[in-house]
Amino acid sequence: MHDIVPIDYETLRLIWWLLLGVLLIGFAVMDGFDLGIGALLPFVAKTDEERRIVINVVGPVWEGNQVWLILGGGAIFAAFPLLYAVSFSGLYLAMMVILIALIVRPVGFKYRSKIGDPGWRSKWDMVLCFAGVVPSLILGVAVGNVLLGLPFEFDDTLRTFYRGNFFQLLTPFALVAGLVSLSMLIMHGAALLTWKTSGPIADRARTYGRWAALAAIVLFALAGVWVAYGIGGHVLTSVIDPNGPSNPLGKTATVTTGAWLSNYKTYPWMMAAPILGFAGAVLALVGFTVRKPALTFITSGVAIFGIISTAGVSLFPFLLPSSISPNAGLTLWDASSSKLTLWVMLLSTAFFLPIILLYTAFVYRVMRGKVTSDSMGKNPNAY
Amino acid sequence: MDMDVVTLSRLQFAATAMYHFLFVPLTLGLSFLMAIMESVYVMTGREIWRRMTLFWGTCFGINFAMGVATGVVMEFQFGMNWSYYSHYVGDIFGAPLALEGLMAFFLEASFIGLFFFGWDRMSKVGHLVVTWLVAFGANFSALWILIANGWMQHPVGAVFNPDTMRMEVTDFMAVIFNPVAQAKFVHTVSAGYVTGAMFVMAVSSWYLLRGRHQEFAKRSMAVAASFGLAAALSVVVLGDESGYVTTENQKMKIAGMEAMWHTEPAPAAINVIAFPNMEKQENSFAISIPYLLGIIGTRSLTTELPGIVNLVDSAHGKIRDGITAYSALQKIRANPADAEARAVFDEKWPNLGYGLLVKQIRTDIENATPEDIAKAANSTIPNVPVLFWSFRVMVGLGLYFIAFFAAAFWLASRHQLGEKRWTLWVALFSLPLPWVAIESGWLLAEYGRQPWAIEGVLPTFYAASGLTLWDLVISLAIFLILYSVLAVIEVFLMLKAIKKGPLDHNPFETAPAGADVLPKPATAAPKL
Repeated sequence: MHDIVPIDYETLRLIWWLLLGVLLIGFAVMDGFDLGIGALLPFVAKTDEERRIVINVVGPVWEGNQVWLILGGGAIFAAFPLLYAVSFSGLYLAMMVILIALIVRPVGFKYRSKIGDPGWRSKWDMVLCFAGVVPSLILGVAVGNVLLGLPFEFDDTLRTFYRGNFFQLLTPFALVAGLVSLSMLIMHGAALLTWKTSGPIADRARTYGRWAALAAIVLFALAGVWVAYGIGGHVLTSVIDPNGPSNPLGKTATVTTGAWLSNYKTYPWMMAAPILGFAGAVLALVGFTVRKPALTFITSGVAIFGIISTAGVSLFPFLLPSSISPNAGLTLWDASSSKLTLWVMLLSTAFFLPIILLYTAFVYRVMRGKVTSDSMGKNPNAY
Repeated sequence: MDMDVVTLSRLQFAATAMYHFLFVPLTLGLSFLMAIMESVYVMTGREIWRRMTLFWGTCFGINFAMGVATGVVMEFQFGMNWSYYSHYVGDIFGAPLALEGLMAFFLEASFIGLFFFGWDRMSKVGHLVVTWLVAFGANFSALWILIANGWMQHPVGAVFNPDTMRMEVTDFMAVIFNPVAQAKFVHTVSAGYVTGAMFVMAVSSWYLLRGRHQEFAKRSMAVAASFGLAAALSVVVLGDESGYVTTENQKMKIAGMEAMWHTEPAPAAINVIAFPNMEKQENSFAISIPYLLGIIGTRSLTTELPGIVNLVDSAHGKIRDGITAYSALQKIRANPADAEARAVFDEKWPNLGYGLLVKQIRTDIENATPEDIAKAANSTIPNVPVLFWSFRVMVGLGLYFIAFFAAAFWLASRHQLGEKRWTLWVALFSLPLPWVAIESGWLLAEYGRQPWAIEGVLPTFYAASGLTLWDLVISLAIFLILYSVLAVIEVFLMLKAIKKGPLDHNPFETAPAGADVLPKPATAAPKL
């Protein structure tokens, strides 16, 4: 059956590694501003009117944005099932914390406006703030832990054994990674608020956005230094067949401090990722200062692209290293789906993703313009 | 395997899945009802149809938020709680979930924002298209989820690969056009349409009983009655199709839900009422109608349906084959070039899953005794009383829905809706019944598949993650508390929206901007 696939397994795996990056960055850029705006809600908006404006900025689009996460999860499941199996079960309680936030967030958006009572509304405002801060932070902590390696191993039937707990995830390096993620998403949310609102909300968003951009730059640099001198990177020590069967038990790997930076020597073009991360955040900082909202939003999106890509290319070819059994670490060559599944999913993605981008653009076009008291007043469905 | 962890994982999955499915059917049904109402609005230009769309849209929105919130849990839970499952069948099972996102959920979720926020920003026809896209998106979602679920019931188009220790796809078309999945899809979305129609019937009846919004309520009921009748017929007729398919592929499930312990000469009798006894493997009491089950189940007078005890007997051989396949797999793992072992495995692998059933009795399954094999074979019997009664609840309610909507349709076509108050009370009190029927249906489908996560391929206990008991206790407690609180809030807001009722003016043209929406001091409120 596999001979119906016209490209080789190695190329398919590489394409899916890139697509995984596209989907995760898509999630961080699109749903990221929803999360950032949630986190900023109690700080940029003081009165109920202001808070309604802020919520209605994301009101028409958060549902679509959240699908990037659903699709990201589905794509990991379909393209790298072992990565999905090991990471989601290994990070069990961390995933639970994210799930709590993802459960209360849609409900918060929808239900807050249904009752006028100030007590009711301020409780939901706290919920939305929690649901913005917590996933932003924990997802970053998770990426930090991926760089550190998760404590998992396999038996020879590929059943996973995880030797850690939730609190062991909260190491200093992982917390810095979490703060990188939180500050970049707050920067991104603030950037959208300066674009879609006016007056005091936009002014406060500009202030918070500047601090967040600055924090993102400093913390990203700190994390970079830490990766260079503080933590071990994984290196393959056996030849791995990029066209071989997906079984992570056939290779060997070791851990060396600073090894996560070795890819930048082998493939200097990968430097583009951290450069875009820094440049995007610096330009966003400038954008906030000189009051160019569209520029700020686009460059903060570039910063997110650069920062997430940096984590991805540093790990290459690893997807999920193991801290207790380096040989068991998952790479894109030995944790993917079968050739046929990758091919069918590639065809489907190539067909549907452009359509999704088109109608998403259409939705944003229809909803263009600033959100004001007047624009909310016209619609009985406004939050 | 820690069986307590497995039990709690199953309980958590059952609880979160059944809770999620409280919201999904209403989404499926209401979305089409809204699209129909808005189509009438666009065609006739009569404002009341837009107000109907807006009001049912408000109820839809309250419900949809819960569907989204609980749906994410479902997708993540496979990796979190069933990690060996995710590895073992992710190559096949992951694809429909990703396709659901690509093809369906993106469509639904992107346009739902425009449904609520686009009324004054789009043309009439433009907005109508958006509403239809939301409805199609919701229903495509169900299609992909049921293709995934159908594969769990009837795993086609895949083989086990000893080099990667998992099932891998060989034929995607077989997975997509899996007859079980197709029958389940139509059956499940039709059940959703019945739910949406019943919701509209019950709420409208309440308005008529209160003498409020009469025109609004009667029109809504007329739409719901015809939509509901078509859906109720489809759910039962195509439910029968689902039964037919079940007999082909899941003989144990149908024997269990009919409490048929022993193979009977064709055509088999159907037990209308029975009290199945799991220990004695017989019914303590039964009333049966001759021939009927054979005719419904096989559509023939001569095909036999196997009984539970007979199926257990045939499982013995499969388990022994499975153990042979497992031993061959061990040899292949020790020496991947062992051609002899590969030849044995290629012949015996379809029963590997039956071999794994022995793992709950002993880990060194190659040394299984005949007693171990008998025990494993007995474990293939699902919980017969639960299956038997959930099936009867579902079918009984299905037949009631046909009668209910036929009566409503007849009254609506004679313009007699609401003339007899007792009919309105019947409609109001029928509100919870579609949910009872649907949850019974899922109980039957999923509990009836036990002990399998993937029928015949992967036992449920073998599919779980290696979590600690505390992980499960904490997560289950969080879900129970969070879901209980949210259920109370959801019902409260739904009742509040219903009490408030539809708008009695056109919010987009007659009212000055903001006048009726923003909270105003009481003295400034316009007198209507």
